[in-house]
This record gives sequence, structure tokens and C-alpha cells, in this order.
Amino acid sequence: MQFWVIQTLNSLSLGGLLFLLAAGFSLIFGLLRIANLTHGALYMLGAYLGASILNYVPSLWLAALAGGLLVAAFGGLFERLILRRLARNELGQVLVTLGVAYIIADFCLMVWGGDPIPVPTPEALQQPLEVAGFTFPSYRLAVVAVAVATGIALYLLIERTRLGAMIRAGVDDMQMARAVGIPVSRLFTTVFCLGAGLAGAGGIIGGPIMSAYPGLDFDMLPLALIVVILGGVGSLVGAFVGSFIIGFVYTFGIALFPQLAYVILFLPMIVVIAFRPRGLFGRAT
Amino acid sequence: MTPALEISGLKKSFGGLPATNNVSLAVLPGERRLIIGPNGAGKTTLFNLITGDLPRDRGTIRMFGAEIQRLKPHQRAHRGLARTYQIITLFGRDTLEHNVVLSLLGLSASRWNAFAPLAAYAHLYAEARRVLGLVGLEHLGHRGVGEVAYGDRRRLEIALALAQQPKLLLLDEPFAGLSREERTAMKQLIAGIPRDVTVVMIEHDMDTALDLAERITVLHYGSVIVEGTRNEVVADPKTREVYLGD
Amino acid sequence: MKSRVAPLAVLAILLIGYPWLAGEFYVNLTSQIFIAAIFAASLNLLVGYGGLPSLGHAAFLGMAAYVSALMYLHFGYAHWLTAPIALGATTLMACVFGLIALRATGLGFLMLTLALSQVLWGSAYRWVAVTEGDNGLRGLTRPAPFGISLDDSVSFYYFALIVTAFSIWMIARFVASPFGTALKGTRDQPRRMGALGHNVWLVRWITFVYAGFWGAVAGLLFVYYNQYIHPAALSLTSSAEGILAVIAGGSGTLAGPIIGAAIVVILKNYVSAYVRYWNMLLGFVFVVIVIFMPDGIVPGIRRLWARVGRR
Repeated sequence: MQFWVIQTLNSLSLGGLLFLLAAGFSLIFGLLRIANLTHGALYMLGAYLGASILNYVPSLWLAALAGGLLVAAFGGLFERLILRRLARNELGQVLVTLGVAYIIADFCLMVWGGDPIPVPTPEALQQPLEVAGFTFPSYRLAVVAVAVATGIALYLLIERTRLGAMIRAGVDDMQMARAVGIPVSRLFTTVFCLGAGLAGAGGIIGGPIMSAYPGLDFDMLPLALIVVILGGVGSLVGAFVGSFIIGFVYTFGIALFPQLAYVILFLPMIVVIAFRPRGLFGRAT
Repeated sequence: MTPALEISGLKKSFGGLPATNNVSLAVLPGERRLIIGPNGAGKTTLFNLITGDLPRDRGTIRMFGAEIQRLKPHQRAHRGLARTYQIITLFGRDTLEHNVVLSLLGLSASRWNAFAPLAAYAHLYAEARRVLGLVGLEHLGHRGVGEVAYGDRRRLEIALALAQQPKLLLLDEPFAGLSREERTAMKQLIAGIPRDVTVVMIEHDMDTALDLAERITVLHYGSVIVEGTRNEVVADPKTREVYLGD
Repeated sequence: MKSRVAPLAVLAILLIGYPWLAGEFYVNLTSQIFIAAIFAASLNLLVGYGGLPSLGHAAFLGMAAYVSALMYLHFGYAHWLTAPIALGATTLMACVFGLIALRATGLGFLMLTLALSQVLWGSAYRWVAVTEGDNGLRGLTRPAPFGISLDDSVSFYYFALIVTAFSIWMIARFVASPFGTALKGTRDQPRRMGALGHNVWLVRWITFVYAGFWGAVAGLLFVYYNQYIHPAALSLTSSAEGILAVIAGGSGTLAGPIIGAAIVVILKNYVSAYVRYWNMLLGFVFVVIVIFMPDGIVPGIRRLWARVGRR
């Protein structure tokens, strides 16, 4: 029974981390129409940065904030200096994000070397929680809590703030948004920074669970892609629901059929695409 | 007589706003029907529903008695439906001749041949030149689309549709952006289309279009508000209201 | 067509005489270029002629390679049997992948092809019982058509040359055919093509399967050449190198992907000997080419030349 509890919690925490990754990806795709293949690398960069920052700053949460901001800044520069030059070249933008992903990957290898770098669990959350005779690893619970809180914050941002209204308008109808005077280019940079920052922070928050290692980028990217395909591009709710579905499918898949985990991952995506090409919550483009 | 085109109760809404609101109409074979209405009346939407580019919410569409509302656009083309577009959608990188060849291929079994070179299909190119001749463009066959005048491009649009030897031809604002001379030439072209083709036309330029129309349907906010012969529609107070009220 | 005979004849003579002039390293290098050329040319059917950007083409190369290897290692089948089985299995997979990926176009299609091939890659890594995971499969042999051994580089070179010439010829005919013409039409004006009577989805799906087939052919040559297969052949990097070859050489032309393939293989073989961080260089090359030479190197160089000439 404890096995199922642990796996469920692992599923939830993986889902939470995927949400931090997928939400940014989905926002960037929905608004900027860019399939940001750099996203996995941004997550990994965040993890590495966090591990280093933790040498100077004792708090994981502060490190996550700092690392998130650094990655967000990088994302903003990337968008302004490179992606913007390829405004009407969709394939070109994707290829450039892939190129930069490779650059980041080797950069991390250069700076941090080839061995995995463990990220220590925050002291306050090192003791497991005992409830009703079951033991829950506290940190994983915290990750879920952070993901839910982030989800709520993003939802409020999108639905209740002026920035969110502009994002929604841009996702719905870019031409119209421009026509009514929405500062589209600033919006693009802001959203890209937001997405990148979420990915970077996610990498650090995931640190105690996954560590920082070469290959983390391309381990996480396909999962995030499947979440976004499943949940629907541009949909926050879709990213949330999709993340937890994939979190469960992947975790239980690895636990029960480790060698076939990737094939099992496949199935929900195929089933959804077969019946709803735009994903569970996506809008028809 | 079985109508060439019969629409019953056609509805299409975009997020609660009805673009096509319970439209019913019937066009007899060989007829020249004009569809008019102010901007936003839903004329092009109606065309898109007929061609299948837009899925309908409700209603039936019949071509010569057979229901086509569940068919894909390419299937409707095989039933004899052809259309031109308001915004030019030609194959900009190719010659005029090549554009017509692509149209001819659409209904030819040869389009599935993945091995023999297209250059070997001399009869296709000959037919393409013949169709270009129908619209007076045979001397420009080897020019690129980008090199010819706007008026010629509009005529090429019609050539692509005529190449399909359609039974039902939808013309979406064929006079848009044309100069006075080009308009006269286009009018002659359309008037010259043989009677075995039923023509339904959307137009804004009333002066030119009215002469070509036998029956007129007036759309407003997605609904048919007036329909009848040219004289009936022109005399009807509702028509004037729709155009002068705006 | 007539004006092409002379340069093609010269090329043929050069390629046939090449092993007499070049040393073993260069002969092997050229064999690798042939394999990459088939891979890039087949990918270009989708990217350049179909307007369908695929980042999952390595799936076909890898699948054919693995099936061929596994049939040999587990069942001891000879190559005349494993080759058709590998090609058939991969083509079947292409049929299924095409059904899924073509539920979308543009970026949606790209993401689906990427996700599908990543799942295959992940499976190759983890399904250790079958694929030996990170160790890869070794102990493979090269075929011996008509009893001629391909174990030395020159024999393999000629074998690869024949297969490549045939593949490129087939792809060229496909592109020049009515079907290929319709394919280009669907790239430029898909809605119009539908209205003209073309079944756009079917044209794309058939092209997808055909491209997958030739990707599988490249995969067979790949596994015969290396006599070894590893999950990295299925990776995103592998697909990306294919796309790089296509855009570097210039998509939408027949020669472009071949030239691009040569560039990528040469870069990989030379540069990776001197540069430790090959991925970073690959990334930079991507960025530079996409930003400064989006039509490919050949038109790009022509433009630069013109600018220099004007000064």
C-alpha cells in the first residue's frame, strides 16, 4: 500500500514540475506561435544555476527565485535579439530554439562538467510527514503545493489582470490585438521571460528530486511536449490537467513496466489526438 | 426542375454570433444569381459553407439534388463545384500555364502518378493553353504570376475555375480592384460563360453586377431579407433600407 | 533535362573513379555522405516540397537499423530477408506515424513528429531487454550481394553509390511527377488545392510514408556501414542534423539536401576531432544559417558574392 502512496505522490510531484515547464511552453506557443524547443534546456540551466546559487544562498526557494529571474532574463535577451529577427519564419524560429538548446546544453557541460550535481532538500522539508500510518516525503508535497499555487497565480494573472487580458487578446486574434493598440512586442518579451523563468525556477525546484545532470533537458522536453499536445496549446487548464495525467502515466509506467514506459506515455497522446486533434482543451487554430 | 444549388436552413455561428442565420435559397440550372449585402452580411461565409471550407452548424446543401454538406471540399469539386476567391490565392511562384495545369490535375486520375514526369503530359499543357485562351491570357502562359497585371491575375482566378469544367461556379467579388476597362472585359468574360454552367456571384460593385444578374439574393447580418428578380429587388424598400441605412 | 546530362555524366565519372584517387578515410567519408544524402533528400520531400516540417525523421532511420540488427542477432536471418522486413516494418510505422502527425499541420505537425520520434528514442534507450539500451547492438554484418563482400571500404563505397544513385533518382522522379507537382501545390496553397479537387490530406500522407521509406533505406545503409546501432541514431540530434542538411543546402531543390548532407558530414568528421563541444557548434551553425542564410548556403553565398562584387 505504501508503494501506491509513494508512486502517487511521485506522480503528483512530477506533474507539478511538468506543469511549471509546460505552462511556460504553452503560453509561449499560444501567444508567440513559437514551439520553444529551448524550454528543456532552460529547465536544466535553472537546475544547474540553482545548484550553484545554493552554495551562496542557503534557501532553496530564494535560489529558485534568483535562478528563475536569471533564466527569465536570458529568455528575454534571446527573444529580443534572435527570435524577433525571424518574425515570420516559423520553421526558422523553431530551428533556432533547437540550436540554442544545444548551445545551452554544451555550455552547462563546459561549466559544470559531466557528473550529476545533487541539489539538497531544504532542511525544513527533510523529515517525512506521517499521516494515518503512511509516510509522505515532505518535499514532494511541497512541490505539488508550489505547482498548484503557481497555477492559481497564473490563472489570476491571465484572467484578472490587464497583462492577462492583453495575453488573452493576443492569443485569440493577434491582428485585432495590434489594431487596438496592444504593445505586442513588449508583450511577447514579457511572456517569453515569464515562460523561461517558470522553466528555470522549475529546474531548481525539481533539483532535490532529479538533480542537475547532462541530458536533463532532453529528458524533460518530450514530456513537456506531450503534455502540451495532450492538453491543448495555449491552454493553462490544459497544461495543468495534462501535466498530472502525464505525471501519473509516466511514474506508474516506469514503476510497473520500466522498459516500456515511453510506449505507455504514447498512448494517452495518441488517443486524445485521434479524437481531438487540438488536444483536450486546445482551441482550433 | 432540380435546382443546381439548394440550401435549406443553413446556420453557422462564431462564438454565439450568427454569421449565417437560417439561410435558404434555390438556384436553378443555368441561372445567374447575384448575392449582395453590406459588409459583414455573411456573403463569403456562405460561399465557404457551400464549398466546405467552413463546417456548418446546421442545415442542408444540395447540388443537383444530392446532399453535399458532409463532403470534404475536394469531394465537392469532383461533383462539379468550383469557386474563385476574393483574395487572390494563386500559385505565386509558378507560371500562368502551371497554375491551370494544377487545376486540371485536380480532377484528373493522372494526379496520382508518382513516377512519370509531368512534362510528358503534353495534353495537359495543351488544355491549359486552351483554357487560358478562354479568358484571353494565352499569350502570357509562360509568364510568372508575379509578373502579370492585377487584372490578369483576376482573370487567371476564373481560368482555374473554368478549367474544372464546373457545373456550379461560385465567383467571389470577381470585379474587386479592377479598373474600368478591366471591369468591362471581366463582364464580357462572365457573360460569355456557357449556359451549362450555373453561376452564383458575390459582388459589391452593383453597377456592373446588376446587368449580369437574373435573380438577386440580398443578405443582411447573415439572413436573407430580399430575393427576387432584379427589378423586384431594386424596387423593394428593404433593399434600400439596408444600403442607405448603413 | 537535356542540359543536365553533361554535368551529371561528369559527376558520375568522378564518383566512379573517386576511390582510385582518394585514400580510405576519404572513401569512408564519402560513403557517410551518401547515407546522409538519402536521409536529407527523403526528409526534404516533407520539408521542402511538402511544406511539412518534420523533426522526427531519425525515427525511420533508427527503426530500420534496429529491425535489421535484431532480426539478425535474435533469429540469425540473412540480409536478403532482414532488409525487406526492416523496410516493411518501418514503412508500416510511417503509415501509423503519418496518421497521427497529420492530424495537424505546421508547428502542430512538427511537435507531433518530434514527440513520436522521441518516444521511439526513449524506448530504444529503456527497452534494454530488446535493444541493449545504451550499449547498442554490435556484432552486425554487412550484406554480401551476389556473394561480393562489402567489408572493405571501396566495395561498400560502390554499393552505397549505387543505392544512393537509385534513391535520389526515385526521389527526383517523384518530385517531377504529377503527384510531386500536386504536393508542391499543397505546400503553396492548400485550401485552393482542396477546392480544385486534390485530396490534400492523402497527398501529404502518401508523401510522409514515401519519405519514411527512403529514410529507412538510409537506415539500412547506416547500420551496414557502422555494423553497430545505438539509440543516439534515433535522437533529436540525429533528426536535427537532417534538417540542418536540408536548410543548409537549400530546401525545395534536389541538389540542396545533398550538398547540405556533405557539409554536415564533413563538419562532423573534421570539426568534432578538434572541437570538444560539437553540440554547441551545431547549435551555432543552426542559428547562423537560419538567420543569415535562410534559403541555404548556395543562394546565400551567391548573394554575398553579389554584395562583395558591388563594393
